[in-house]
Amino acid sequence: MKLLAALALALAPIFLGSCSTTPSKTVLDIWAMGREGEVIGELVPEFEREYPGIKVRVQQLPFSAAHEKLLTAFVGDAMPDMAQLGNSWVPEFAALGALEALDARVAATPSIPRGDYYPGIWDSNLVDGKLYGVPWYVDTRLLFYRRDILKRAGFDHPPRDWAEWRQQMVAIKKLVGPGKYAAYFPLNEYEPLEILGLQAPEPMVTNDARGNFASPGFRKSLAFYLGTMRDGLAPVAASTEVANVWDEFDRGWFSFYITGPWQIGEFKRRLPPAHQGEWMTAPMPGPDGPGVSNAGGSSLVLFKSSAKKDAAWKLVEFLSRPAIQIRFHALTGDLPPRISVWKSPELASDQYAKAFGAQMTRLRATPKVPEWERIATDLKLVSEKAAHGELTTDQAVAELDKRADETLAKRRWILARKKQVGLPRTEVPS
Amino acid sequence: MNQERAAWGFVAPALIALGLFFFLPVAAALILSFTDFDIYAVADIDNLRFVGLDNYIHLLETPLFWKALGNTAWFVLLGVPLSIMMSLAAALLLDNKLARFKGFFRTVYFAPVVTTLVAVAVIWRYLLHTKYGLVNWALGGIGIGPIDWLGDPHWSMPAIVLFAVWKNFGYNMIIILAGLQTIPEELHEAARIDGANAFQRLRHVTLPGLAPVLLVVSILTMAGYFQLFAEPYVMTQGGPVESTVSILYFMYEQGFPWWNLGFASAIAFVLFLIMFALTLVQLKVSERWTQ
Repeated sequence: MKLLAALALALAPIFLGSCSTTPSKTVLDIWAMGREGEVIGELVPEFEREYPGIKVRVQQLPFSAAHEKLLTAFVGDAMPDMAQLGNSWVPEFAALGALEALDARVAATPSIPRGDYYPGIWDSNLVDGKLYGVPWYVDTRLLFYRRDILKRAGFDHPPRDWAEWRQQMVAIKKLVGPGKYAAYFPLNEYEPLEILGLQAPEPMVTNDARGNFASPGFRKSLAFYLGTMRDGLAPVAASTEVANVWDEFDRGWFSFYITGPWQIGEFKRRLPPAHQGEWMTAPMPGPDGPGVSNAGGSSLVLFKSSAKKDAAWKLVEFLSRPAIQIRFHALTGDLPPRISVWKSPELASDQYAKAFGAQMTRLRATPKVPEWERIATDLKLVSEKAAHGELTTDQAVAELDKRADETLAKRRWILARKKQVGLPRTEVPS
Repeated sequence: MNQERAAWGFVAPALIALGLFFFLPVAAALILSFTDFDIYAVADIDNLRFVGLDNYIHLLETPLFWKALGNTAWFVLLGVPLSIMMSLAAALLLDNKLARFKGFFRTVYFAPVVTTLVAVAVIWRYLLHTKYGLVNWALGGIGIGPIDWLGDPHWSMPAIVLFAVWKNFGYNMIIILAGLQTIPEELHEAARIDGANAFQRLRHVTLPGLAPVLLVVSILTMAGYFQLFAEPYVMTQGGPVESTVSILYFMYEQGFPWWNLGFASAIAFVLFLIMFALTLVQLKVSERWTQ
């Protein structure tokens, strides 16, 4: 029965193809994830009208399964022609040799001018100086804060640097009293600490593939982060312990929260209308002056195994057009990576997007090693222990370095061998 | 001679299928467990190293492995007896001559076994919800304060046990029910004539009669419960604070999201050894018990 069904499926295109008037259509297989995967379907018909010779087949993946599915597809030689790829995964798939370098194509495509992209997000797609993805949208995190509480605590502007932030947190804590806090960093998310770590001058992973958490910069970041909890400015709580983060924010349980653009819509919808004037977004404060944030988001990539790269590139070009990006932003709320798009009235007039617009000029990619996600998971686990008082700051950075070195052992071996052989056998990014 | 050849001919298809789809992959996994197969090796097979027993040594030095082992043992210790007692109780109820609508109840008790785990897990997440869940509402009725079932590291595993037992007890119930029906009625009758009460009959007639069935059930259940995976995967993703990371979940995380297939294979073989040893112990214990 299954065999029959499979046969029928395999034969179907032949029968269908024979009825169709244009049998020579190029069929593009593209994979997209989550909400973007749904929305891309609404943009594709226009593309198909413009290029009648190309038919686009969109496969939607849930974000949680996408990484596995892509890896399995790579091993099984069943990659699509183009995909939306989280840009923190770009180094990994570049290391696998799965991605097509795009430098030549970008150079030959005037409608994708490098200068119109925010440098931080563009850089997150560079591995070893080669470009492997065209930024599609940006997911960076910054401060969501309670304007009214901050005002009552005596401040008329959000913090610009850590010292001022800390000062404001202390003032807020004094104002709200016991049982309430100034900030909330969910212990089961590594992103807040990751961002504070990115703000340090030293990279968290060195070029010779070692953990660099004991550097003075990261130590300062971790001490700042843990200090908020040790001094009672932030609760020692995971997000599973907070039933409804919007309710708690509304009740003033905390006033600072580091999160991303998708929350703008949630805050608008979930906070009561009467309280809408009380919250605002602000760029990340840094150790001294405005700080960087993570250059997250998704890129559009082509796969080496594809035989239809030219057609797939046309779709990349189409999706990168400013007019399409404005529509895409309207559909998803995702932040466009192009400078010119931010000047459009849709984005320029959005008061909540303004802080993100400012943050776009200060983006930094997470360390470009395939192991980063694993190291970031350790970052979460170790800092959670430290927040619970099981480790001191010094012990925590030592533990982080130990775990990172262990995770990166294989990479060091490959780098060493590459040096010995002289010529790289595989494209291992360093 | 001829007969022997015919016999081989008959078993050959099964043997080939087993060899191709079971023994060969198992052997490949064993070899894999002596290598450091990872995404670098996927990119270029030259990046593969034979590391001997390194994966196994590293595994024993990994705190999360011991934690996962502890979590799994806790789950087995709590879940297996509870599950078998539930199955036995349900089977005894259904086997009772006074019971009515047997077919109906048999179906109802068996229904969770055939439902989709992911679907019922969603329902159980509602049932176990701290503020709005039925379980806490019922507990509140008898004066027990709300329990954060899936958020508190102390309660997350008991919550998983509750869910797993509910999901699985129907299967063993059917096996035990079949076992109950093989116990000759005369034995019960004789015991009753000798003046044994209901509990004594259960203790001295039913349970000894069921011993072989209970042995099979306990081995199967233990083997199944050691492979705890889907429940935490769907309900807690191993959290909170890694309190529901089972060995299999640990293996899955190493193997699929992180793609450390060499290390993950080593975990699989360690799990196999543990289960093999425990089954041997069970067989030994039961030998004494049945004699």
